[in-house]
Parts: sequence; C-alpha cells; structure tokens
Amino acid sequence: MMNAIETQYALETKSVIKTYQTDTGPIQAVDDVSIQVAPGEFVALVGPSGSGKTTMLSILAALLKPSSGQILLDGEDLAGMSETQRVNLRRQKIGFTFQSNNLVPYLSAVENVELMLRLNNRLDKAGKLRARELLARLGLGERLNNLPGQMSGGQQQRVAIARALIHNPSLVLADEPTASLDSERAFQVVETFAGLIHEQKRAGIIVTHDLRMCEFVDRVLQMRDGKLVKVTDEHDEIMKLARSGKD
Amino acid sequence: MTQLFTVSSYLAVKEIWRNLGRFLLVSLVIALITLLVLFIAALGEGLGNGNREYISKLDAQLIVYQAKSDLLVGASRLGYDRLAAVQRIKGVADAGMLGTANATIILPGNNAAPLKVSLMGVAPGHPGEPKVVTGRQLGSGLTREVILDRSTALRSKLVVGDTLTIRTTQGTTDKFFDLRVVGISDGQQYSLQPTIFLPLGTWDRVRPKSEAEINSTDLVGNVIIVKLNDPTEAALVESRIKGQINNVETASLDQAIQALPGYTAQQSTLNTQGGFTLFIGILVIGGFFQIQTLQKVPQIGVLKAIGTSNPAVAAASVIQIVVITIIGVAIGAVLSFLFSLTFPPTVPIVFNGQTSAIAIIALLLIGPLGGLVSIRYAVRIEPLKALGLSS
Repeated sequence: MMNAIETQYALETKSVIKTYQTDTGPIQAVDDVSIQVAPGEFVALVGPSGSGKTTMLSILAALLKPSSGQILLDGEDLAGMSETQRVNLRRQKIGFTFQSNNLVPYLSAVENVELMLRLNNRLDKAGKLRARELLARLGLGERLNNLPGQMSGGQQQRVAIARALIHNPSLVLADEPTASLDSERAFQVVETFAGLIHEQKRAGIIVTHDLRMCEFVDRVLQMRDGKLVKVTDEHDEIMKLARSGKD
Repeated sequence: MTQLFTVSSYLAVKEIWRNLGRFLLVSLVIALITLLVLFIAALGEGLGNGNREYISKLDAQLIVYQAKSDLLVGASRLGYDRLAAVQRIKGVADAGMLGTANATIILPGNNAAPLKVSLMGVAPGHPGEPKVVTGRQLGSGLTREVILDRSTALRSKLVVGDTLTIRTTQGTTDKFFDLRVVGISDGQQYSLQPTIFLPLGTWDRVRPKSEAEINSTDLVGNVIIVKLNDPTEAALVESRIKGQINNVETASLDQAIQALPGYTAQQSTLNTQGGFTLFIGILVIGGFFQIQTLQKVPQIGVLKAIGTSNPAVAAASVIQIVVITIIGVAIGAVLSFLFSLTFPPTVPIVFNGQTSAIAIIALLLIGPLGGLVSIRYAVRIEPLKALGLSS
C-alpha cells in the first residue's frame, strides 16, 4: 500500500476530473469535484441522468481511474494505485451495494454475507456469528439459508447491505439501491442503511435519483453536467429537498 | 495462494452443488463422449489386435518375404531352399517357414454355424509356432495335430483331446479333414479371424488348393520367420539376408504389421474418428462453459467489484471445469466397462490398459481445453460494464 496522508475524513476527493474521448470530442463526465465524507456521515449524491454521479461513484469505488485529481480513502490515494492494489482496496476497505444483481445467486443469504469475510481471509466463528446477527438485525433471521432467488428484492437489498458492512469497511457505497423497490420497502432499506452507517461510524454514500431518500442522509451533494453544483447540509433544507421529491 | 485456492474452490463447488442438474447434464454429455471415445479406442485396439496379434507375439525379429511381394504375406511364395539359406546366415538363431490359408471348422451339432479360421502352417519347434498354455506343442512331420488359439477355443468350445473337422476346397471339390487338438495357445488371431496352427506338412495337405497345385509335391510356404542371436543386429542381418539370398525382401515385425492388408487404413480411420470425437467434445464443453459465462457476466462483475481477484475468478472456472470433466469421464469409464461385459467374444472390442489410459488422459484434457475461451472471457469481464456502471 502507498503512504497514507493524515486526514480527518474517511474519504476526501480533490479536484477529480474524468474525461472520456468520444467521436465528437472529449466529454468531462466529472469536472473538478472535491468532496469530503467523515466517518459516521451518510451522504447522498443526487442529480439528473448524465450528471456524472454514477461515474463519480465508480471512481470512489476504485472501479474507474480518474483522469486527474486525488481520491483519498483513509489517507491513501486511489488514483495512483495499480489494478491489484485497487482490487485489494475494494475487498478490504469498501462495501458496495448495487442497483440489481447484487448477490451471488448460488450462495445463501448468510453465505453471501460471509463471502466478504472469506475473501478477506477473516471468516472465523466470530465472523460467522456476526454475519447471522447482522442479518437478524436487518429482519432476515428467518431467511439465513435462503438463496437470492427465494427472496424479494427488498430482502436481497438488505442482504447486500449486510455484505457491504460485515468486513468493517471505511467506505460504504450504494448505487440506486431502491431502484427496483416499491416506496415502502425503499424507505425501509435506506433507513436501515443509514442507521447502520451512523452506528458503525462508516462513511456512507448513496447515489440516487429519488430525492425522497435524502430524508435519511446528513448531507446532499447535487451534481449537474459533471460538476458539483450544490451542497446541502442544513437539516431543514435536506428535509425540504426530500419533500420536493415526494411531490 | 492457499487463500486463492480456498476461495476459488468454495465458489466453484458451491455453484456446482446448487446447480446440480445443469452440471450433471454436462457431465453426462462428457460421459457419453467418453463412452464413444473409449469404444472407438477399444474397437481400434480390437480390430488392430485381430489383425496383428499373431505377428506381434512372434518370438522373432524379422520376416522374410518373396521379393516384390510388397510385404504381403499372401502374395509371397518361398520354398525350402530359401529357408535353408536363411538359416545359414550369420546372426540367425533359428528360422521357420510359415504358410497361411483359410479354412472352415465344422462344429458338431446341427445348429452350430461353421467357424471360419486362419489356417497357419508352422514348423514345430521353430519360430512361428505359438507357445501353448494348455496341452502340448505340435508334433513334427505329417501328424494330424492342431493348436487352437484362445479365440478359436472360446468360439468352438473345443478342448485339448477333441477332434475337429475342417473343410477346405481343393480344385473344385470340398475336402474334409479331421485334426486332433493337442494344445491351446493364448490369443493369436491373424487376419481378424480365429486361428489354428498345424505342422507345415499337414497344412500343405489340408489347405485350399487350386487345380494346378493339387498334384504338386513342392512344399511352399509364404514367409520365413527369423529369430536372431542378437536382436539389436536386426539391420545388419537384414542386409546380409538381402545380400546373400536372391529374390527376397525383409521386414521387421512392426513393418510387417503396418503392411498387413487394410491395417494402416483401418487404424488411421479409427484414430481419426477418435480425434474428431475428442474435438467435438472440446466444442461441446467449450460451448457450454462459454454460454454459462455469458449468463454469469453480472455475477462475475459483482464478485470482481467486491474485491475478488482475476486469478480467483479464473481458478474457480478451472476447478469447476476439471471437477465436471472428472465426474463425466469417471461415469463414462464405468459405463464403458459395464457395456463391455455385455459384448460377445465375436465383437472385436479390446480395452487395452495403455490405449484406454491415453484416451482417458485426452478426455480429461478436453474439459480445460474447451473451457479456455470461457476462462479468458471471465477474466476479461469488467465489473463496470457488467454492473451497467460504464458511461
């Protein structure tokens, strides 16, 4: 691993730019974005389609290299890492839930959660117990041995949340986790997610186009045309934004 | 490394276990391919054996033919003067004349079908006469004795001490001769037929003859079987024979086998069939795993996104392919063995250990070979694209 830079944030980006070359010329999908997320802070990254939020998420998840800028996770810069280093980082320090196809279909709920510990060579008795407890807390105590195909979309998302948290990552990312859920389940999932982020002191980022979900976050980052155009951290303003999504 | 193997084998085995039906189906396809390949190999071995068994078991190193006979036993004619000349060559330990013909054994009982056999005239006590495993060797001269090879004994149910009747055509007349079974040798088939061995003099008396040959008194065989003092000097002795005896050509046993009528064509046909079956196996297995990998793109994307390394993904695929192939080949081998028990001795199927082992090794390799493309594809899957996160 590279030398860490001291920072109070779990995640800090500095002037991140991502440029794509297209037939019609270069396009800046992310344009000079700098953000900070502290441990225990849950942040929403919102914006219309094409605003660059998914690209930003991919960069934060160490799945995509930025064209320039710094991404410091626990003080380590992701931008300069090799592919192997980024794979190791994703396994050790990042938890991820996706929009769909979240789980490995041939592993049961508890096996999916334990997989993160297995990949990190940390699957012991205590880890197995923690996986079961976490699933039970997420209301899946009766579904431990169910395969993903035997669970609803909401239940699968909750298993994915457990998997994203089980290995105590520094950063937890969620990409449109409510896209395939009805409103009631969507609120349940994000509320649970937010609760665990706060309780376990992880840095959490949710990418969503559904402003109603902002009700559970501490800060809202709005992107448009690749730029970070607005940061909302006042509770009243966040609630106002969330209500605007319900209209 | 251990961690990589642990994770890979865990993922591979879990997937197989939770999708048993699908994977078992592929194993069964591999089992059928195994069955086919092993039977083609056994058929090749059986047919080849039926052709070459007698020659390959000869306690000799060289065969002398008439010149320009193209190493065809049936086309070669050699008299006793040549045998005496060969025996005088330096380096020759012993030599024996061999005559070949065909005959029909008339088996007792009204319903018993006649048994066509190769009728071999050999010099008792000299190269060419097979060793008996039951009974005794042939007596010399014109004794009406016969040694049966194992397949003849099995099919005719004759035992040592029995008398058999053979039918041959001499001129335009069918002739019947009684011969006493004095010994039974191991398998000594020649020309894909069960074989019986007689003293050369007796053979000449009972063999099929043209009208012109009936009254001939010259004893003529087909080839001379030569045993050397030092088998490593075969080339030297061959050159001596060709240099000192007119109108002959020589061949090693291997050359003689390759020159048997239809032998090379038959073996290459069966080898080609076996090769094509293996090739089809590679395509079938490759196709299955490629389709499976295409279906698993999002799943592999998730695995990579959460930190599973490419070597682990590749190793999981390899382990899966190897396990499925081993199961398939094992089922196929057991099925082949069980089927082989149901075949009568007339079917030329021989499961030779070496040939079967080569076929099984080839079959075990077709899985990983067929899966190479899918493994490469799995390793190249980009989590961003697989998860629909790419712009």
